[in-house]
Amino acid sequence: MDILTVALPALAEAFALILQPTALMYLVLGVVMGLAIGVFPGLGGIAGLSLILPFVFGMDTVNGLALMVGMVAVVPTSDTFASVLMGIPGSSASQATVLDGFPLAKRGEAARALSAAFASSLFGGLLGALFLTFFVLIARPIVLAFALPEMLMITILGLSMVAILAGRIPIKGVAAAGLGLLIGTIGEADAGGSLRMSTYDFPYLTDGLKLVIVGLGIFAIPEIIALLRQDRAISSSESLGSGWLEGIRDWFSNIWLSVRCSIIGVVVGIIPGLGGSVVDWIAYGHTVQTTKDKSNFGKGEIRGVIGPESSNNAKEGGGLVPTLIFGIPGSGSMAIFMGAVALLGSGDIEMGPQMLSGDYLDITYAIVWLLALANVVGTLLCIAMSGSIAKLTNIRFTLLAPFLFMLISFAAFQSNQSLGDLVALFAIGLLGIFLRRFDWSRPAFLIGFVLSGPAENFSNQAYQIAGSKFRLGFSVGIEYIFSPIVLVLIVITVVSVVIGLRQTNAIAPEGDVESGSKRAPLVFLLVLTAYIIFAFFNAAAISDRLVTDKFFPMLVAGISVLACLFLLFRMMRLPESDPIFADGEHNSDSANLVHGLWPTLAWFGGLLLMSSLFGFIIAIVVFLVSFLRVRAGLEWPRIVVLTALGVAFICFLAWILNRDFPPGLLQDYVNMPWPLGPDKGWIRG
Amino acid sequence: MKLLSKLASTVAVGTIAFAAAAGAYAADFAGKTVEWVIPFSESGGSAKWANFYGPLLSEALPGKPTVVVKFMPGAGSTKGANFFQKQKAGDGTLIFGSSGSTQFPYLLGDPRVRYEYKDWEVVLASGTGGVAYLPPDLAAKFDGGANALKDVNFIYGSQGATRLDLVPLLAWKMLGLKVEPVFGIKGRGDGRLMFERGEANIDYQTSSSYLKGVVPLVKEGKAVPMMSWGALDASGNIVRDPTFPDMPTFKEVCEKTDGCEASGESWDAWKAFFIAGFPAQKMVFLPGGTDKDIVDTFSAAFEAIKARDDFAEISGKRLGKYPQMTGAEAAGALSAATSVPDSAKAFVVNWLKEDYGVELN
Repeated sequence: MDILTVALPALAEAFALILQPTALMYLVLGVVMGLAIGVFPGLGGIAGLSLILPFVFGMDTVNGLALMVGMVAVVPTSDTFASVLMGIPGSSASQATVLDGFPLAKRGEAARALSAAFASSLFGGLLGALFLTFFVLIARPIVLAFALPEMLMITILGLSMVAILAGRIPIKGVAAAGLGLLIGTIGEADAGGSLRMSTYDFPYLTDGLKLVIVGLGIFAIPEIIALLRQDRAISSSESLGSGWLEGIRDWFSNIWLSVRCSIIGVVVGIIPGLGGSVVDWIAYGHTVQTTKDKSNFGKGEIRGVIGPESSNNAKEGGGLVPTLIFGIPGSGSMAIFMGAVALLGSGDIEMGPQMLSGDYLDITYAIVWLLALANVVGTLLCIAMSGSIAKLTNIRFTLLAPFLFMLISFAAFQSNQSLGDLVALFAIGLLGIFLRRFDWSRPAFLIGFVLSGPAENFSNQAYQIAGSKFRLGFSVGIEYIFSPIVLVLIVITVVSVVIGLRQTNAIAPEGDVESGSKRAPLVFLLVLTAYIIFAFFNAAAISDRLVTDKFFPMLVAGISVLACLFLLFRMMRLPESDPIFADGEHNSDSANLVHGLWPTLAWFGGLLLMSSLFGFIIAIVVFLVSFLRVRAGLEWPRIVVLTALGVAFICFLAWILNRDFPPGLLQDYVNMPWPLGPDKGWIRG
Repeated sequence: MKLLSKLASTVAVGTIAFAAAAGAYAADFAGKTVEWVIPFSESGGSAKWANFYGPLLSEALPGKPTVVVKFMPGAGSTKGANFFQKQKAGDGTLIFGSSGSTQFPYLLGDPRVRYEYKDWEVVLASGTGGVAYLPPDLAAKFDGGANALKDVNFIYGSQGATRLDLVPLLAWKMLGLKVEPVFGIKGRGDGRLMFERGEANIDYQTSSSYLKGVVPLVKEGKAVPMMSWGALDASGNIVRDPTFPDMPTFKEVCEKTDGCEASGESWDAWKAFFIAGFPAQKMVFLPGGTDKDIVDTFSAAFEAIKARDDFAEISGKRLGKYPQMTGAEAAGALSAATSVPDSAKAFVVNWLKEDYGVELN
């Protein structure tokens, strides 16, 4: 393609298209809506896009694109709020941000962390757009060069980040990642449809657990419970600390890190099938590897915020490539975006190779630069808001927590719209609490979970296709498996594992956890081992005809059991002061714990139980009132006002997103008007 | 031809008049909200289909109700269908959109199925088609029959043997091709990518995906169409697909290939699943026992949508040139798509078990 004669005029046309007052207006509208939705943990581009879908039919093409791109682009910017301020991963794009962003907020440096994150996001978004402007023209052959062995290697590279995030006892990190991989295999196998750790009698698990629920359960619930037990504000210092200027200075002094992580974001985002779920972890791993003093990671290292945040906005740009030029959506929100584009204008824009032809290249560039523009607008708005939103970290946490429980329950319920969502959230939350307490790396667990599906599918498929290539000839097979890209990725993986293992002691993703008695950590290890052994035999029971459905879980369970047995063996020989017996309940600051674990958790459990009996709205009213009265000790007038505001807000959110609340047993017998019961007295599905 | 179009327009005018008349005294939706349950996620093909029809339906129903699409994914769409089965006949404010992925588990006796198509009232059936294609070197061996392809080792990227992919897999088996399916891909788009990367050497796409994703490859000389699955005529025979009139259908290819017969047990099975998966792929239902007035109002509304002057234009790009059936035609499509002879069903269940080790309960 001749850049001068085709690309440049198209670029000029694209700017002429998007720099129209109405288009810009729609862009800002999209950005504001995207920010408003992205700020809530667990809600993201999918919720936002389905909100505007009914209105896009026949809408002017450029205006509609501006609205939708504006919305999609800023979700990874605004979800940083939840990650940094509450330690809740707002979406899969900002899981790694939690690791260092939240400790910064706890130290009272929320504003600094936020502005560094936003500056990185903006830069990543812009660099991504610039990169794409040129890259999109030559992307097709490069994307096609990523066949199954290459994608498998990228997945393995993602898994190798476990080596860096494994924590003080590397073998514990391996077991945590193995557990994550195993939990990711729950449900119907993609290949042959065999059921793993689930039955048709209890259909919820056959679909597997969703990332939203696992992310919220593994990070959000443990943090909320831990903070609640201390009964204080998130930030330990009164002031918000050094302001947003310092954050921007931090970003600027790490600008090359930001450049590298942005490129990682674009490149990994481009590969279809992996989506963006690993990008932030790979960027985080890269950040750790290239930082000289690694002692602060996990405790509030600003580079740990800049790296992942630079990559996650750049990733959105990269994710456009498979969507635009192959018509293959890189993520759920891209799939809706693609469907919605077909409804725009006269419906003549079809995603696919023609998006690179002279006729449509202007539209392609318009999308790329709308994305960049949306990043600018979104970042400016976020920086403007960050000062006041950061004040949340100074509020007594006991007043925030019930509303956070309400929000994350609502978000979790969106994934399957079943009460099972709440049960799963609670169960995974419990697991998260114990992983945190006993210093098992939660990031390692999450990386395992996220990569479980890709690792299993890509390895099965690559194995099968390699087999057919080898039948054509030995050299054909070898060329297929060991392509130059695969070889480069193998080298990168090996280097990253070696560096990771050498440095692993320096990085404590769970912070410093002290050791105490032997019993509790041992019991937890035994429970995990029992689950893994059970999962092994569960998979082994699958018919041998469907070996693709059983091989992966058996392999992972086998390795995990070995890791657990090794730990068990070590535990028998080591004294109880060894870090292997880490137990957060024995931390020296645990004297600050005002409340016990179980009474605190019981509040959340109570909300769950009442929801199953009386439906979510009745339950949440009772929960808010009693929590604010008993736990927070507020006066009645304030309780009434806060509860009313909270319930009104969640009803508004559900109404505008056109969602119902979890119904309970009561709704089976009595028809109730929305929001108490499902719309129009539907019975439970 | 002239007579036919005249007839069609008379029918159309008649239905609009009927819709107006029905609206006057039968069912008025003014101020109401019609919820359209789709048993898939926001990102699937059914979402696209419902989002296309939603605003049009809103305009066409008497009283112009708000039509909202409600997504209820889970358990391979059986969760949403089981939910719909439990709904009582109401006032027409709840409708259900099913798809081939809802029909196949029903036909195969999936243990999760607790719904019965025969209970429901169908008001629209939307069809689609499919095209199989080959790389140029293999297409050179194809002469309208598949005899010369029988010793090729084919690789095919598949979403799973019990999904829509059942139709192509069975077709290839009947042609005697040695096709090794690579299971577990996430969508047909991934299958096309595998083909483009040279990992797979046979593939199929539904019509709209073929038009936008494969036709450019055909123009570049990287792919050659092999056959279409065909389309159904009014009397239930398989004829050439109107979108691809120059392509032979699977039936024609089968007749030209040694050992493949367009009759008998396997043919009946293929045809039944083909109908459920393609010509009657997506259907709109009202709950069983809904008042006839309400059912007629919805049928008339979909008739009115079809009769819009711009319907061919707006639907052609988004849905493809396929029949959008209403009334008796839709009922016919439903019965063809959901009544499979027991022998055909047993044949498929046995084949899935023998060839892929898939057991359904």
